[in-house]
Amino acid sequence: MRMELIQPFINSADAVLAQGLDSRVSIENLTMEEEAYRRKGVAAEVFLTGDIEGRIIFDVDQKAATCFASRLAGTELSVTDELVREAVCEVANQIIGNAVTVLNDQGFHFRVHPPTEHTSEQGSKSSEDTEALVLCFSTESGNVFMNVALRYHRRRSLDRAVAAT
Amino acid sequence: MEKFAPVKRSGDGQPVRYLIVDDSVFARKNLAQMVEAFGGQVAGEAADGVTAISEYERVTPDIVLMDITMPQMEGIEAAERIVRDHPGARIVMVSSVGYQENIVAALQRGARHFVQKPVKAEVLYEVVKYVMRDEQGAAQSVGAGA
Repeated sequence: MRMELIQPFINSADAVLAQGLDSRVSIENLTMEEEAYRRKGVAAEVFLTGDIEGRIIFDVDQKAATCFASRLAGTELSVTDELVREAVCEVANQIIGNAVTVLNDQGFHFRVHPPTEHTSEQGSKSSEDTEALVLCFSTESGNVFMNVALRYHRRRSLDRAVAAT
Repeated sequence: MEKFAPVKRSGDGQPVRYLIVDDSVFARKNLAQMVEAFGGQVAGEAADGVTAISEYERVTPDIVLMDITMPQMEGIEAAERIVRDHPGARIVMVSSVGYQENIVAALQRGARHFVQKPVKAEVLYEVVKYVMRDEQGAAQSVGAGA
């Protein structure tokens, strides 16, 4: 996967998580995922269509998700509270939206679809043309994972460049 | 949350009334907290563009805080339709997707301002004051002419 596509997601996650949790965030590791993704906590899935297509699963440890949601809601929430899942979806939306903003301003054109809760235990397996990269961020409240499986449509981008000339 | 000097309607000194439009319950709650910290009132909420239009008609808010990426009808289209029927509508787009094309499209279709998520209360506060300034300007002009 092209690093120029991934870097905005790393930067955006770092900024949004640090602001939301008001704490230091560090990237623990970055691995290529060959097997189907196994959900680790409260997760949201966002689909992208356009020059870049695929999906991103944003997955937060239950403790971190509860802490995150409580902090953002300004009140103590329990892990069973619906607002915790809502918060994870909204944070996913913010991280991915901010990254998409950067990529779009760099010339990649695509659309972000509203986040949906990812409840199944497994995500789809990466394929030959859609590699999945797993980013693990460490926060004081727990770990946050992003499973990024994107495919770059060079052809569409070229077509648009030709049409513009 | 930090408290801010209340933003009031200049005409009657009443609290500014807001319509909050976002498909995320969590985002709406978060914005509602900020609105209350600004001394405003949440007059209505909507989770998509279609409902936003009907809620606008029902509650006639002073300001609409409108998300962009939503199911059924996106925020930019909803903003355009509201402004078409109510040219004085004050719509502030609030979205995590803030690339130039999106901002330009929203402003061209009648939105007054754009705030990128995650929203910082102090940023939204300044935008609300700025957007409400046209009402104050209009009131002062009327007063000066009388």
